[in-house]
This record gives sequence, structure tokens and C-alpha cells, in this order.
Amino acid sequence: MGQEGHPPRLALEGITKRFPGVLANDEVSFAVAPGEIHALLGENGAGKSTLVKIIYGVLHADEGRILWDGRPVEIPNPKAARRLGIGMVFQHFSLFEAMTVLENIALGIDEKVGWRELQERVVRILEAYDLPLDPRREVHTLSVGERQRIEIVRALLQKPRLLIMDEPTSVLTPQEVERLFDTLRQLASEGCSILYISHKLHEIKALCDTATILRGGRVVGTCDPKAESARSMAEMMIGGALRDVSRRRGGEFGQDRLNVVRLSAPGEGPFGVPLKEISLNVRAGEIVGIAGVAGNGQNELLAALAGEMEGAEHGAIFLNGKACIAANVGERRREGMCSVPEERYGHGAVPGISLSDNAVLTARYRMGLTGQGFIRYAAAEDFARNVIETFGVRTTGPKATAGSLSGGNLQKFIMGREILQKPDILVVSQPTWGVDAGAAAAIHQALLDLAAAGSAILLISQDLDELLALCDRIAVINGGRLSQMMEVEGISIERVGLLMGGMHGENESPPGGGARERRNAA
Amino acid sequence: MSSAVLISIAMTVVGAATPILLAALGELVVEKSGVLNLGLEGMMLIGAVTAFAVTYSTGSAPLGLIAAMAASAAASMIFGFLTLTLTANQVATGLALTIFGIGLSSLIGQGFVGRTVDALHRTFPAALAEHPVWRLIFGHSPLVYISLVMTALVAWFLTRSRAGLILRAIGESDEAAHSIGYSVIGVRYLAVAFGGAMAGLGGSYYSLVLTPMWADRLTAGRGWIALALVVFASWRPLRLLAGAYLFGAVMTFELHAKAAGVSFLAPEFLAMLPYLATIVVLTVISVAPAGGRLAAPACLGKPFRATG
Repeated sequence: MGQEGHPPRLALEGITKRFPGVLANDEVSFAVAPGEIHALLGENGAGKSTLVKIIYGVLHADEGRILWDGRPVEIPNPKAARRLGIGMVFQHFSLFEAMTVLENIALGIDEKVGWRELQERVVRILEAYDLPLDPRREVHTLSVGERQRIEIVRALLQKPRLLIMDEPTSVLTPQEVERLFDTLRQLASEGCSILYISHKLHEIKALCDTATILRGGRVVGTCDPKAESARSMAEMMIGGALRDVSRRRGGEFGQDRLNVVRLSAPGEGPFGVPLKEISLNVRAGEIVGIAGVAGNGQNELLAALAGEMEGAEHGAIFLNGKACIAANVGERRREGMCSVPEERYGHGAVPGISLSDNAVLTARYRMGLTGQGFIRYAAAEDFARNVIETFGVRTTGPKATAGSLSGGNLQKFIMGREILQKPDILVVSQPTWGVDAGAAAAIHQALLDLAAAGSAILLISQDLDELLALCDRIAVINGGRLSQMMEVEGISIERVGLLMGGMHGENESPPGGGARERRNAA
Repeated sequence: MSSAVLISIAMTVVGAATPILLAALGELVVEKSGVLNLGLEGMMLIGAVTAFAVTYSTGSAPLGLIAAMAASAAASMIFGFLTLTLTANQVATGLALTIFGIGLSSLIGQGFVGRTVDALHRTFPAALAEHPVWRLIFGHSPLVYISLVMTALVAWFLTRSRAGLILRAIGESDEAAHSIGYSVIGVRYLAVAFGGAMAGLGGSYYSLVLTPMWADRLTAGRGWIALALVVFASWRPLRLLAGAYLFGAVMTFELHAKAAGVSFLAPEFLAMLPYLATIVVLTVISVAPAGGRLAAPACLGKPFRATG
């Protein structure tokens, strides 16, 4: 909504940034008007983050210039950006877990303010924007939505004239997203410009006035998202026709492949969430989804099912009807259960060793990659090459180290490595987190094909769209507890959202779960 | 036991507690910034020998103290350069610093073995300092009072000051602090230098107050006790004070048990007590689920490389 006669709040002219071997931004130009909500749209690796870091002074452009209110400016560091009136809410929050909300806010502002005055100003902002948050709580006790509000308050305290939001909704419940959008609209109506970075098209359609689309570091288009269809923007973003994920509906399911009965397990690490009496079943040919906001026991659930807890879990797990609570990771794999954890570098794969060695790590039993205590190198390489070809992994070959692959490519390799083992049961966590749209579609298709071939799949994800598109049944995990299973046909998104936020109805467990218990009742 | 004996025991406890308190205070600040410097013992020895050499040559104890702090801070900068700038492994580098410190202090101290200096005993006039009762409060070396003031200062700095908040934040999450715009490496350098200076001060207590003469390996492994003390205190300055005096009491027990002719325990066993207590404390704290480890700075010992 550019007002005539005003120069744009922020204008980029010919911004170019090179990293060794890559051109991250290539002659990028666009402008954000005062009070405009401007989307920056692009796949992972399109150069959005680099561009934003240049605007916020974390990185410096090799060429081009930045205009602020029509005047060219230098932004040498984040402090200078904040002085200009640029605020930023990071995708990965820059918060300190063991400190209070107020301490976190104090760290994020440059002026020296007394504690009392700071607290008053924070409370005033919380009230003005109707943001529920207790300034005295320690961060590790807060839900992800509450954590994001800290970042927002931190940015608002500086009275920003441009607020940059980097993938703000990737971890929020639908209700939290709505609330965030209300806040952003209120800010924009007060004249603050907003640069909104995302790859979620329906959100951009709902929120933004203008969208600049980046691909391969270049601007490939500018459009009014309300006038475009999600599909047309997606095709601009990936630069080609979008592949449809084909899905069979409501097929016949076979026997229970995975059966979990009253599974409890301790939390991992100081801020982990213990699992409380989780029961579920997955039948042959079925995909069951576990929705939930990050840090509600998903990591513990994956570890307990995969066998990584080393006996710390209680309850019963049956694989194809066989009890396996005492079995370790390798034994469970041999029984037919493969798993893909959320963290790729260091958990799903060892970054420093080759792809074929990484294949040996999880596929050695089922694919016969070892024998008599030796690795069968030829077989391992053939298997790795098969994964690379079948799943279109972009790499130099099986000898490339896992760490040399981009996140999306490594994820394709890890998924392929497990899927080609034809597991009876596959447990996956966040299979498309940080993966570009093309690779995500390929991974989704592979999961559907695996299920169609008769495997049982348990899909743990924060992405509701993904769960709704793939799953037959969904349950929500919150504070280490699992909700009732719901058929996806005719499911109520609102109800799922409320469950993600911790509203069970019968037992009032606050969002954020087990880590959230106050130390004293006072 | 007569009150005179009790007072004399209390005086030895203070003597045993003060050097480890000084060194541990410095290490606490270092660890709060996310750096684990295991070179405490080496830095204390470098401080001890420098304090002795300078005091012996110039006759001025204050000059000796300042030189000790400077020398140990300089030694800690070797550690800082290797671990912070070159991101070397902190554990290995810290151990190397200890070995280096032991060797260097022996080398420098060669010509001083067996010599003595005027002990830095008194802060207050003799009437107070040697009064049979009041000496409990007034009869200590200036370093004792400095250690108490520093405890209060460090506690205030960490919990109340903005600079302390930034230091803690860097120890909690270096990435986050960097993305907000704080200089992680710069702050850690300052913390490591402070830790070095405090270790030097702690070391000089042995060569200027306790003995006061030079002997090889004068600190006798007390640097390790100071390290354990930081964990024992779960990174809190006031608990550190209590812990230092508790360890001081354990160390003193050996002396007084021997003097009192306790025969059912071998003297070797008594000499072992402080170190045994260290092992027990460290074991208990690493096994305890919440109490100890939760308090540890989340980035403790992790190297930081600035990216993007």
C-alpha cells in the first residue's frame, strides 16, 4: 500500500553476494513501502536468508546498495540496523533457555534501561498488542509461540519501522498463527513495514500485500499474492510445473504392524519431555501421523520406538506382534522397523564419512552389506548408488561425504536408504523439515508408495499440511501425552490446533508440557 | 578444646580456603562465559613463582601480586588464543597449560628454591591482628579480604550488572548472542584473562602468605580442587564461598588430626582426603539428575565459530 509521494521505507538495488563457489544473491532489487506487508518467497537455498542477513547487517553485500527512506545507507552490523529502525525475528530464536523473559529482552536491546522501567515498557507492549506472556518466567518453560512473542516484544521495544520475520510460522499451532497475523496487521496499520519470509503460500495469500519471488538468488517475479493462485506462485518459486502427489484414499489396511501399549520414557537432556503412557497402533498399508509443536516429546517418542533409549522406556512395543521393548536399535531393524530421526547431521547420518559408509550403518543387516565381520564395500557402494539414483540425490557419488550434501539432498538420501530396505514399519520424524518443495514432493510420494506396498508408517511432523495430505489417522502429542487417534477424513483443524496448544479438556496440561512445571507454587 | 585452639583451627581453615576461593572465582567467571579452562593449576603456579620472584627481587609484595596477576593472565592468553581464535580443543589445551605452568614455574623458580620473603601476613595493626580473639577477624592477609570482596563483586556482576548478563548469555547460547550482535570471542577473551589474573592471585597466596618461600609444585594440586569447587558450587559465587571454606576445613583436618595424634587413620589417608572429597563431589554432581548439571552453562567447553 505505497502512499504516493513517499519514498519506499526500504529499497534494495542490485544486491549481489558471492560465497566461495555460489552466487547467493544476484542483482536483487525490490522495495518495501511504509506500512506494507511484503513477502519474500523462495525455496531453501533461493537466497532469502542471505538477503535478510544483509539487510540486518549480519552479512555485507559485494555489490549494490540499500536505500532507507530514499537515502543510501551502510549497515555494518545488527546494531546499526536497529538504530535505523530495523527489527528482526529470527527463524531459530536467539533466546537463552536458562534465563527469564525479561533478561532475554534486556539482552536484545541496545539502550541501557533500568529493570523496573524495562518491565513497565514490556508490560505496556504486551497489553497494547494483546500478547499473553509472563516476563518473569524462564524461557525453557515456555511454548514455542510464547518464545516467539519474546522476539517480537524485543523487536517492538525498539519501535521498528521495518520488521523482518524469518519463517515465523513453521513451529506454531494454527491458533498461534492467527494471533501472530493479527499482531502483524495491527503493526502494519500503525505504519510499520513488514518483510515476511516464508514458503507457505496460503499464509502469504492471507497476509501479504506484495510478494517478491526469489529463485537461485535472483528475483524471478513480483506479484500481488491475493490475485495469484497458490499453484502459480509455487511454480514461479520452483521454476517449473509442480508435481502432484498422488494419493489413494481409504484403502483396506492389513494387520497391526506396530503396536505400542502404555509406553513411558524419561525426557532427554535437561529440558526434555518425558513420555506418559503412549498407546498407538499402525496397520499394514497405513500412514499414522503424530502432530504437535516441537519439544512436546517427539524426540523422545522417536528414540523410544527406534530403540535408542537403552532400556529406559517402560510399557510394551510389538513389531509384527512380537514384543521388542528389550531389543536394541539393531535388533529392531532386523525385525523390520527402520527409523529416520529429525536431525540429519550427526543423528540420521555421520557428516564426516561417505554416503556408502553411511548406508552400511543402518542397512547392513537387511541389505547384507557386512559378512564375517567385514564390510562388503562393493555391495555397500551399489546400494548407496541405487539410493542416489532412485531418489535423485544431487551428489558426486557414493564416495561423497554426507556432510557435503545440502540438507534436502541428505534427507532424500537418508529417506531413500531406509525406504529401499523395504521396512515393515518406518518411523519418520520431520521428513521434509528445511527441504525444498521439489524434494519434499519426492519424499512424500516415496512414503505413499511405501505404504501402498504394505508397510506401516508412523510420521511425526510439525507440519499439519503434510500430515493432512499423507496420513490416514492423526493423533496430537502434547507434553509427552498422546491424544485420541482421529480419522483424517472430516477432521477438525481447529480441534487439532487446540490439542497442539495443550487443551485436552479432561486433564488441563499447559502447552509446553512437562518441562513447564513451576518450581514452586508461590 | 580450648577457644584458643578453635581460633587457631579457624585461622588455618581461612588459610587453606582463600587461595582456592580466589582461583575458583576466576574460573567461575570463565565457565559462565562458556569456556572450560583446565589450566588453573598451571596458572596458579605461574602466579606463585612470579609473585615470589618479584617480591624477592624488589621487596615489594604489592608489586609481586600485580606481576603475578599479569603473568597468569598472559599465560591464560596463550590458552585464549589457541581455543578461542584457533578453536582448539579446550580440554586438551587446558591440560597442556597446566603442564606448561608446572614446567615454567620450576624453571623460573630454580634460583629461588628454599629462599624466603617477608610474608604478606597482616592487614591491620598488630594490636588488632595479634589480639587473641579479634585476630579471627582482623588477623588475616590482605588477600583474604580481597577474596571476600571479590566474591561479593563477582556475585553482583553476574546477577545484577548488564555486562554480567551478557557474559551469562554468551555462555548459555553463543549462537544466539552472536546473532543479536554481541562479540562472543571478545567477551570470552576478557573472561579468560580475568580467570588467569585471579588464578595468579590465588597462587601467590601460597608463595607470599602460606609458606612463604619457594618450592617446586608449591600449589600441590589445589588448582584441581578449585576446578571441582566451581562445579560443586553449581556456578554460584556464594555457594563457592561456602564450598571453599568447607574444602578448607577438610584440608585442615589433616594437619590437626596429625597434631592431635589421631592414629586410627594413616596420615597418607588424611592427606588424600581433600582429593577424595573432590572425586566424590564430582561423581555425585554428575550422577544427580537435575541439581548440578542444569546449572552448567549450556555452551561450556564448546568452541564457537562465527558464521554468517
